[in-house]
Amino acid sequence: MKNMVLTLSLVLILASGTVFAQAQQEAADEELKLVLLVKSLGNGFFEAVADGGVEAAGELDNVTSIYMGPSTATAEGQIEIIESLIAQKVDGIAISANDPDALVPVTKKAMKAGIQVISFDSGISEGGRTIDLAPSAAELIGRQQVQLIAELVGYKGDIAILSATSQATNQNIWIEWMKEEIKKPEYKDMKIVETVYGDDAADKSYREAVGLMQKYPNLAGIISPTTVGVLAASKAIEDEGMKGKVQITGLGLPSEMQHYVENGTCGQMALWNPIDLGYTSTYILEALVTGKAEGKPGDKISVGRMGAVTVGEGGASIMGVPFVFNADNIAKFAAMF
Amino acid sequence: MRQFTILRAAIARREISLIILIGTLLALVTMRAPMFLSTDNIQRIVNDTVILIMVSLGQLLVILTGGIDLSVGSIIAFSGMSASLINQAQPAIPAALILLVGVLVGTALGMVNGAIVAFGKVPPIITTLGTMSIFRGFTFVISKGQWVTAHEMSQSYMNLPHGDFLGLTNLIWWGVLVSIVMIYFSTYTRSGREVYAIGGNATAARFVGVSERKIKFMIFTVSGFLSGLAGVMWTARYAAAVNETATGFELQTVAACVIGGVSIAGGSGTVAGVILGGLFIGIINNALPVINLSPFYQMFIQGFIVLLAMLINTLADRRQEKMLLGRRRS
Repeated sequence: MKNMVLTLSLVLILASGTVFAQAQQEAADEELKLVLLVKSLGNGFFEAVADGGVEAAGELDNVTSIYMGPSTATAEGQIEIIESLIAQKVDGIAISANDPDALVPVTKKAMKAGIQVISFDSGISEGGRTIDLAPSAAELIGRQQVQLIAELVGYKGDIAILSATSQATNQNIWIEWMKEEIKKPEYKDMKIVETVYGDDAADKSYREAVGLMQKYPNLAGIISPTTVGVLAASKAIEDEGMKGKVQITGLGLPSEMQHYVENGTCGQMALWNPIDLGYTSTYILEALVTGKAEGKPGDKISVGRMGAVTVGEGGASIMGVPFVFNADNIAKFAAMF
Repeated sequence: MRQFTILRAAIARREISLIILIGTLLALVTMRAPMFLSTDNIQRIVNDTVILIMVSLGQLLVILTGGIDLSVGSIIAFSGMSASLINQAQPAIPAALILLVGVLVGTALGMVNGAIVAFGKVPPIITTLGTMSIFRGFTFVISKGQWVTAHEMSQSYMNLPHGDFLGLTNLIWWGVLVSIVMIYFSTYTRSGREVYAIGGNATAARFVGVSERKIKFMIFTVSGFLSGLAGVMWTARYAAAVNETATGFELQTVAACVIGGVSIAGGSGTVAGVILGGLFIGIINNALPVINLSPFYQMFIQGFIVLLAMLINTLADRRQEKMLLGRRRS
C-alpha cells in the first residue's frame, strides 16, 4: 500500500514537472497557468487534489494545472514558492495554507502583480485572497447524514447518533441539522432515539455503540459523524454479530474505513473529497482569471460537474455536499487518504 | 496466631465488602436495564475489563512501594502502535511473534521508567509524568500521525484477543493467567513480599537487606510488560491503532487499585482486591451507556460512584481498626 502511494506520488510529481515544462513551452499560446499550492508534497490527500486540478484543466479550454508544494508543511516553504510564482507570472494560485496569516503579505504582493489568489481546504485570512473555498457546510453535512442512513435502513426504524464529545461544536451543529432533516415527511417512519458521546476514544465509542444495540433491540441504524466513532461502531456491530441488522454511516476516512465498507458493515459514508476540491478550485480560478466572475459576495460561479458555487460574505464559499464512499469506490480513495 | 487470623479476616472483609458493592451495583443497573444481567453481557463486561485489570495489576505493584506509574496509557499506545505497524508492514509475520515484540517494547519502556526511578532517584510521579509525554510523543513519531486500521491488520493479529478457547475469549484467558501469576508472585515469592516491605517501611526493609533499587526497577519493568501486553490486545481488539489510544487510562488503573483497597501510601493491597476494583469500574463503564441517563450526568455519576465506593471501603476499615483496639483492651 505504502509503495503504491509512493509510486503514485512519484508519478504525479514527475507528471506535474512535465506539465510545468509544457506550460512554459506553450506560454506563447496564452495558456492560463493555474497553480494548486498545497501544504506539502507526498501527502495522498493533496495528490488527489492535484488529480482534480488536472481533470478540470482537461475540461476547460487553454488551462494548465500546475501542482506545487513545499517538501515539509511550513508557511516559509509556501512563501518561497509564491515568490517564485510571482516572478514566473502565473495567472492564478489556489492555496491550502499552512498558516492563515503568515501568507497574507506575499499573497497581497501576488494579487498586486495581477495574479488571482484563492484558498481552499485550509484558508488564508481575509484580505490575502479573494475567495476561500470550504469543502462543505454544517447544513449540507447534517442533512446528508440522515439521507445516507435512510437509504441504508429503507426509510424506517430507530436511529441513534454516536457523536464525539458533548461539547464538540462541529458535531453539535451537524446533529441539529440531522434533527431538522428527519422532520421531513419521507422520514416519517424514522426516529432519532438518542445521541450518545464516545468522546472520540475508540474504547468508549465502542462501549457506547454496544450499549445502543442493547438498549434498543429494534435499532436500525447508527449515524456517527466522527472518524473515531464510525470506526469503533463498525467494529462493535461486527463483533456483536449485528452486521446487516444495524446499519452504520457517518463521516469517515476511506483509508480507515475500507475494511468495513468493503465487507458491507458500513454500506456508505461520506467525507469531503480532495479530487473535488482541486477540481472546483481550478474552475473558480479560471472564472476569476478570465473575468467570468469577480468573486464578490453573491456571485455565482459555475464549476463544471460540481454545479455552482455561491460566493458568501468575506469571500467564504462552500463547495457542496460531502462525497459518498461505498464498496465500489472506496479502494481507489483509500489509497489516497 | 490470633493477630494473624484477625489480619486475614480484615483482608477477607475488604474483598467481601467489595463483592457486596458490586452485587448492589449490578442489581441497581439491572433494575433499570434488565438485559444487563445476561450471561452474554457478563462475559462482554469481563472481556472489556480484562485489559484494565492487567494494567492495574502492574500499577498495584508500583503503588505498593508508594509510587505511581502515570505512563501506562502511553506505553499501551506505543507498544500497540509498534505491533500494529509491524503487522501492517509484514502481515506474514506470525501474530504470536508480533505479540512478543509488543510485549518486549512495553517491557523496555518500563525499564526506562525503572532505571530513572531506581538509579536516578527521581520520584516516580515526576519520572512517569515525563515519560508519559515522551512515550506518547514517540507514538506519533513512529506512526507519522496515521492510524493503522482493520484492513491493514492480519486476521491472525485481530484474533489474538478475539479467538475462543473453551467458551471464553483469549483475552479473558490472558487475564486469568496474569492474575494467577500475580497472586503467586505477590504472596509466595521473596521479591513479591519485598515489594510490600518497601512500601510498608522502607527503612526497616533496607535494614533487613531488601534492595530498594532492585525492587523498584523490577516493578516498573513488570508494569511496562503488562502495559505492552495490554497495548497489543487493545489495538487488536478494536482493530485500530490510534495515536490517542488509552489517553487518561492511567487514572482508571489507579482508581481500580484504590477501590480495590490498595493504600496509595504503599504497603497494603491485594491482587484479588484490584481484580474486583477493576471489575467495579468495568461494570460502571458498561452500565452507563445502557441506563438511559443523560450523557451530561455520566461523568458526574462515574466519579460519584467511585468516591462512594472508596468511602464505604474506608469506613469498613475504620470499624475494623476499632474492633482490633477493643479486643486488645479486654
